[in-house]
Amino acid sequence: MNWEPVIGIEVHVELLTDSKMFCGCRVDFGAAPNTNVCPVCLALPGALPVPNEQAIEWIVQIGLALNCTITRESIFHRKNYFYADLPKNYQISQYDIPVCSGGHLDVEVDGETVRVAINRVHQEEDTGKSIHMGGGGRIHSAEATLLDFNRAGVPLVEIVSEPDIFSPAHARSYAQQLRDVVLSLGVSDARLEEGSMRFDANVSIRPEGDTELGAKVEVKNMNSFRSLERALDFEIIRQTEAVEAGQRIEQETRHWDEEAGRTRAMRSKEGSSDYRYFPEPDLLPIVVSDEWREQIRAKLPELPHQRRARYIELGLEAHAASVLVAGEADVAVLFEEAVGMGADPKQAANWLSGETTAYLRRKETPVDQTGLTAAYLVEITGMLADGKLSATAAKEVLTGVLDREGSPGEVAVARDLIQISDTSAIETAVDAVLASNPEALETLRAGDMKPFGYLVGQVMRATSGKADPKVVNEILRDRASR
Amino acid sequence: MSDYTLSEAATALRDGSTSSRELTDAALDRAAKSEAELHAFLTLDHDGARSAAEAADGSFASGRDSGAFQGIPVALKDNLVTRGIATTAASQILAGWVPPYDGTAVVRLKGQGAVVVGKTNLDEFAMGSSTENSAFGPSRNPWDTDRVPGGSSGGSAIAVAVGSAVVGFGSDTGGSIRQPAALCGVVGMKPTYGLVSRYGLIAFASSLDQIGPITRTVEDSVTALEAVAGHDPLDATSYRGDRSGFRDGLEAGVRGLKIGVVRELTGEGFEPDVEAAVRHTVDLLSDAGAEVIEVSIPSVDVSLSAYYLIAPAECSANLARFDGVRYGLRRDGETVEDMMTATRADGFGPEVTRRILLGTYALSAGYYDAFYGQAQKVRTVVLREFEAAYRQVDVLVSATTPTTAFEIGSKTQDPLSMYLSDICTIPSNLTGHPAISVPVGLDRHGLPVGFQIMAPALGEAVLFRVARAVEQAVAFESRPPRLEEWT
Repeated sequence: MNWEPVIGIEVHVELLTDSKMFCGCRVDFGAAPNTNVCPVCLALPGALPVPNEQAIEWIVQIGLALNCTITRESIFHRKNYFYADLPKNYQISQYDIPVCSGGHLDVEVDGETVRVAINRVHQEEDTGKSIHMGGGGRIHSAEATLLDFNRAGVPLVEIVSEPDIFSPAHARSYAQQLRDVVLSLGVSDARLEEGSMRFDANVSIRPEGDTELGAKVEVKNMNSFRSLERALDFEIIRQTEAVEAGQRIEQETRHWDEEAGRTRAMRSKEGSSDYRYFPEPDLLPIVVSDEWREQIRAKLPELPHQRRARYIELGLEAHAASVLVAGEADVAVLFEEAVGMGADPKQAANWLSGETTAYLRRKETPVDQTGLTAAYLVEITGMLADGKLSATAAKEVLTGVLDREGSPGEVAVARDLIQISDTSAIETAVDAVLASNPEALETLRAGDMKPFGYLVGQVMRATSGKADPKVVNEILRDRASR
Repeated sequence: MSDYTLSEAATALRDGSTSSRELTDAALDRAAKSEAELHAFLTLDHDGARSAAEAADGSFASGRDSGAFQGIPVALKDNLVTRGIATTAASQILAGWVPPYDGTAVVRLKGQGAVVVGKTNLDEFAMGSSTENSAFGPSRNPWDTDRVPGGSSGGSAIAVAVGSAVVGFGSDTGGSIRQPAALCGVVGMKPTYGLVSRYGLIAFASSLDQIGPITRTVEDSVTALEAVAGHDPLDATSYRGDRSGFRDGLEAGVRGLKIGVVRELTGEGFEPDVEAAVRHTVDLLSDAGAEVIEVSIPSVDVSLSAYYLIAPAECSANLARFDGVRYGLRRDGETVEDMMTATRADGFGPEVTRRILLGTYALSAGYYDAFYGQAQKVRTVVLREFEAAYRQVDVLVSATTPTTAFEIGSKTQDPLSMYLSDICTIPSNLTGHPAISVPVGLDRHGLPVGFQIMAPALGEAVLFRVARAVEQAVAFESRPPRLEEWT
């Protein structure tokens, strides 16, 4: 029998508001432990939450970007559970009436567009962070647990998809493209490695063609797109093997162990919590009037799919457009600026989506910390078009610019990369090469072009590679035809 | 001097016939003489009070006048968070905790120059009707020290009744200001929900809690409410509208007003002396020109059941933060869970534990609809019935409590009978409406009887107006018989 996986994904995104969800403490991920705390986010006796209006506006923005219906009057609930890094021992979250519901995101998978329905987008708050000392960082063998409440109360958005995803690759694309949407809105830095964007996935399998869902397993702790895809791959195979061996799939929560490359069952207790949700009595309903909603809609920036379409209209390849849209926001900004300054869009896009992106990935650095500016990009593509740089030399110049060695002109001069386009100098070099290869010249003149490439190579060598190959070609062809 | 009302003290301070230092010393002296018997306070802040009093006197001397509370000794229930003064909510779990901040009501009082003499005893986390549930020992009624002062704001009611403070502040979740005020012969007022910020009030049941004053006179109650009411950006449920006008028509009398007597709050369970005092008061109001109508609010009897589901449900979540992790008591344990369990088992007293368990159960999956959900529906019915009643009458009246002060220990073994002492006060908490208790007489044992007036949301002006008329008509002048001994 063929089995089909059915996947739903819950994505948590920390918002980069100035202050926390329910108090005035700063949201600042680099701060020393327990410095961004107050009576409210430490849950001191008597403290009360007050909702952050900016966070509400941003969640509405996310909802609108994901084509959701915005609820006019939504409410907060308390989700009760005891955990040392949860100060109130309840999380203020949303339950049956979230701010946003019923949207969708169109995802590109292998050149095809697949629609993933969004069940809801809701608002909640983050917990603090536990640091287990000794015992290999695990809670059960730790000698002590330190708590940092800086993150406690940071606004958190949960985006819940419908079980509309049918492969790990599809899941990965969905997650990546959701991140692009969030980044384009500028509401979060969505850094996976820092946990400001996190994934949980619900996976079940069913016989292909069935419409009913199988028992679902929740997989947690994937902190990269790659681990999301790997975890799903593993889980689908595990479930398929289990079912084929005649076992039943338990509804449970499993933890992805990145090192071991497998999912593991968590303590069953953790899976079957009764959160005793009830309406948060300290807060009034969130009211998003039609007017406010439309004001927020008017402020929506260009979204990734809109930007991609515009880039393709500018003449970009679909792939280059996707890379630019998906990459760091600053790279796209650079592209837009360079084009605005007159760079050829195709050229600029190629340099950014190719060499530059590879460089940034290799060095793990954001583009604004390199020496590359839009003006320099324009200069490089200009030098290339004018024949001052060969394609190879241009790559080297770009690397030098990224390494902050100076402007493209300075780098090219310093590294002696300026191409010789001066015809007379090249003529001298060609003639010298022909003089020492008389037989080759004869062969050419007889109409046999075999030695042509060899001769070009000799000229390039004689000029240390700086001769413009186009000019060399022209002169050689001229000599052969005499 | 220690028996000054707020308005008398304010006048005396301004005409120079007394100083805040004198008033404060007199209050502290009264406390020193009566505390051994009454145990109204958990903390007396002699040094803080004296320096605040001197600061207030300094302000008067240099012509600065920051308002009605400048230089006035006040007593704060120990669930009001005070920066630098231990705040325990009468629970072992917070023993010794010194808050790093002041609640909003405290900020406002201090901003007007109030002198905090101390923190008063209460039923642990404000859960109770007798102040017997304090982890630090019960308080006693100044009219008869074998009896309870009522609760949970028993300490503040005693402090005002005996003159250890000119004004007391308490919190009222199901009658916790009005009930002890009634049992101690003083005026206790619960404002409209949201009128006074709850920021810095250690939460019992968030949707029901409200801070309010305990005073000797109705006029002082108005002044005290004016001092603490008003929008607070730190409390999302804080009322944003106008807060003036509480005093409008205060002396206008009740001629032309319609007063509804709640039929369900009479009869069985009510002591004859209490009923007689209430009837007499209603007659006086009628004589003063009010139109008296009997009004039926059938849901009153189920409001108690709804309350005893909603309040514990909210408290089960509100008290979850007391886990030994960040402040207060911590017991050792092998695991975090063991530590929290041991801390909470040792830190909470029996009544608090009972309510947490009840609330946790009522919110559990499978029981929510039958208990909490149902209770919220009842709450809506209660609200509708009261709103309907207020379309017929200006205010509703009843006894504040079915009985006068009962003997210490007489109800502790029977929580349900204790819960019944809040039958008259609970509906106003469920509806969020204001209500006040005014002393109207003594029973055959010489114990005070309270008369409750209830008004619609934001109906403080008419509430105070009727209360003032009652106060004038009744002219309750009695003082606890042994007051001389503590003077």
